[in-house]
Amino acid sequence: MSVSPVGAGQSAAAIRPAEPLLEVDDLTVRLRVEGAQRSVLRDVSISVSPGEAVGLVGESGSGKSMTARAIDRLLPRGAEVSGRIRFDGADIMNLSGAALRGYRNQVAMIFQDPRAHVNPVRRIGDFMTEALRTNLDVPAAEAYRRAADMLGQVGITDGQRRLRQYPHELSGGMLQRVMIAAALMTEPKLLLADEPTTALDVTTQAEVMAILDDLRREFGLAMLFITHDLELAAAICDSTAVMYAGQIVEVRESALLHDDPLHPYTAALSAARPDIAQTATRLAAIPGRPLSAFEAPDSECAFAPRCPHARDICRAENPDLIGLDGGLSRCARAIELRGHVLPGSAEGGQADD
Amino acid sequence: MSTAVPLVTVRAPRRGGRAAGLLRGTGPAGIASAAVIGVATIVAAIGPLLAPYSPTLPNLALAFVGPTGGHALGFDYEGRDVLSRLLAGAQSSMLGPLAVVMGALVAGTLLAVIAAWRRGIADAVISSGLDILFAFPGILLAVLAAAVFGAGLPAAAISLAIAYMPYVARVLRGAALKERSQPYVAALEVQGASATTICLRHIVPNIMPLIVAQATILFGYAMVDLAAVSFLGLGVQPPAANWGVMISENQVGIPQGYPLPALAAGGCIVAVVIAFNVLGERLFEQAQARQ
Amino acid sequence: MRLAFIGRRLAMLVASLLVASFVIFGALYLAPGNPIAALSGGRSLPPSSLKVLEARYHLNQPFLAQYWYWLSNAVHGNLGISITLRENVTTLIASRIWTTAGLVLYASLIILVLGIGMGLLGGLRPGWLDTSVLVSSAISAAIPSFVAAIVLIALFAVKLGWFPALGNGTDLVSNLRHLTLPAFALALSSLAIVARVTRSAIREEAEREHVQTAVSRGIPRRQLVRRHILRNAAIPITTISGITIASLIAVAAVVETAFSLNGLGAYLVTSAQDKDLAVVQGISLVLVTAFVVINVAVDLAYAVLDPRVTLGSRAT
Repeated sequence: MSVSPVGAGQSAAAIRPAEPLLEVDDLTVRLRVEGAQRSVLRDVSISVSPGEAVGLVGESGSGKSMTARAIDRLLPRGAEVSGRIRFDGADIMNLSGAALRGYRNQVAMIFQDPRAHVNPVRRIGDFMTEALRTNLDVPAAEAYRRAADMLGQVGITDGQRRLRQYPHELSGGMLQRVMIAAALMTEPKLLLADEPTTALDVTTQAEVMAILDDLRREFGLAMLFITHDLELAAAICDSTAVMYAGQIVEVRESALLHDDPLHPYTAALSAARPDIAQTATRLAAIPGRPLSAFEAPDSECAFAPRCPHARDICRAENPDLIGLDGGLSRCARAIELRGHVLPGSAEGGQADD
Repeated sequence: MSTAVPLVTVRAPRRGGRAAGLLRGTGPAGIASAAVIGVATIVAAIGPLLAPYSPTLPNLALAFVGPTGGHALGFDYEGRDVLSRLLAGAQSSMLGPLAVVMGALVAGTLLAVIAAWRRGIADAVISSGLDILFAFPGILLAVLAAAVFGAGLPAAAISLAIAYMPYVARVLRGAALKERSQPYVAALEVQGASATTICLRHIVPNIMPLIVAQATILFGYAMVDLAAVSFLGLGVQPPAANWGVMISENQVGIPQGYPLPALAAGGCIVAVVIAFNVLGERLFEQAQARQ
Repeated sequence: MRLAFIGRRLAMLVASLLVASFVIFGALYLAPGNPIAALSGGRSLPPSSLKVLEARYHLNQPFLAQYWYWLSNAVHGNLGISITLRENVTTLIASRIWTTAGLVLYASLIILVLGIGMGLLGGLRPGWLDTSVLVSSAISAAIPSFVAAIVLIALFAVKLGWFPALGNGTDLVSNLRHLTLPAFALALSSLAIVARVTRSAIREEAEREHVQTAVSRGIPRRQLVRRHILRNAAIPITTISGITIASLIAVAAVVETAFSLNGLGAYLVTSAQDKDLAVVQGISLVLVTAFVVINVAVDLAYAVLDPRVTLGSRAT
């Protein structure tokens, strides 16, 4: 492995001056799948400062959900984990008992499919107040009062009545708003949002995203927002990280991500999104299919087989993260490709040499 | 600007795998069970020919004598060779459940497919009718039939078939409904295929793995219920050889210290039922996975 | 919404009972020969007795009228006279019903306590306990009650002498002793099924996403198991327990015969052999009613446990 010019964790210093709330260093996770140990995350490092929203973007199998689960200590039994995860300065990997519960009160996860993630035989009020009553010893009456208030915050009027209803009586969008409200009940410092709108229809998506964004800013919460939608992440997050084959391949300020990406994969994702303003005879697609972490060889860049800019150096070894213009890129040719990564830009997309 | 979309001919997917492939998918337990069932079937077919001694001729002097040379399982309460009687008894013990399963399956499949195809009122009527049939446990119906028509295997088998039919119909109706809502059915309808054709040549073959699994599981239940009815003296009548009858007639030996004849017959029943249960469950899992 | 479900289910109960009673009554006419022959069971009776039968069964009236008389009599507790014993069928049933009820209750208790208990152990604690539960239940599920009966008699009554083999017993304690082996014979295969369903229901619930949600909030393990796994698994567990207990009603006849207990089931069998049709009809009516009532109770319990239920019968 060659020595990289800038260490992975130093990106924080460039973009985010505050002391990070969440620090993930060299997180590697292997799971037991059909009898063999398979990598799902490789050397993932990411950090989130208080009040900051960081997007985590990737396709299926990229490891983005697994990262969130690792942070929330939700990995399945038998998972091999190495690396460090620190929250508020404390190592959370070895927490147990009351300390672990305390951690869980400060980090709230919002899941993708609300209907599957809410117990169908218990009422909404029970769902929302369970953590308060159990972990924080808040009396029931007080907890329900706060729940009704929080429902109002997410745009659900008539909270008292809703609290008595069952999940199947609510629509998908409303249930996701309940999930968001429930997540905020314990006044967490960090939100892990795992594709919160993917299971909803498009109109509802916009509503729920708006509520999530508003509340996050209002309460000053940090958020790790996981999605497959690059544009969505860029729209509501301050900085965005892109994952491929279980690794972080780019970290960039969201505002710069679309027009000046540092990694060919990001550029390809950006270009693959159909633009409503333009006519195309054929949709741009990345040839091949996305690799999962365990399919990617350690001996070369995981994206090389599909990359229009791949050269021999890319197939020589798995590149490290390189710091560039305040961001990070795991492309061996990042510096020379700077500005030409997007297809259609001056020299991009053509074979040289 | 429009792009030409090539017309795709819709072919109904054939998902009924061949028997060997189906069996291979059931794992070692499934294959072992199939072997046991195979042996039992062969014995049922040629049992009376295999029996070394007469299964029905009594010889009271030898009543309840234990295993000796040439008589591996000893003698029953009337001095008959137990092994021979077991071999001969396989016939009625296996044929009865077969008749029950065939009856329940044919009737159940028919009703399920009709209900799933027509939907609406026909479905409501059939479903309500089936719901009402659920009120009769199999054995009860068999006893009632025996009281009315006299004891015997045919009455028992028919009443059990009637009692099982709603269970078959309920499971198959669900599967048939799913098949019916598949796009290929709509395509066939549009192409002008008749309801009978679609049902018989497409829907039924596609739910065949489920039908086979149901049949296998049902065979085990039918075997138990029919043996119970024979045990009660309302099914196969002595001196005909039958495993259920053998348990009943040799029960007197148990307090006297001669449990072997009754236990041997019981063992045969249990072995075959376990085989059908295990195979049936594996086939059921396979069928579910395909859906 | 749920009231509609309950109402519909009760309507189905009444419909089932009506149809069942119709079939039971109609058996009279299905029998070969005329109804008189069926009622007398092939015996020759003096003309005075025949006239009594004609009057009691209103045989000179249209079929539906006969059915109506028979049904209303039955509802009022008059089930006719036994041809063989010349006694009131209702009295004959009443003297035997407690044996059967006791047997079924005893077996139900065994199924619930042992079956659900073993399923809980297997479901909540993986490892050797779980494997042994799986294996033993796979084997016992296939053992029919009459085979279990003879094995239990051979082992515990004859060989070990712990329990009596046959008969009813005299007072409460000896009754329980006499009912123990029969109850276990009756419960064995159902116990195995309930244990397996309980185990897989718990396993499945534990894997569900809503349990993950509770974990991610730091809900303590014990509470998690109670409020999210067990509470949800209670739905399929209650359903299977109810169904297997309902099936005990019919199979009790076999066990009673094997153990020479004088319960309703054994009496049903002997009356069928004797072709005492009035008794067969009376007992069938009682047993079918019990069976249907238990099934409806299961459906209602399901509606109580699962708030998603609106219309239609329980999901299978």
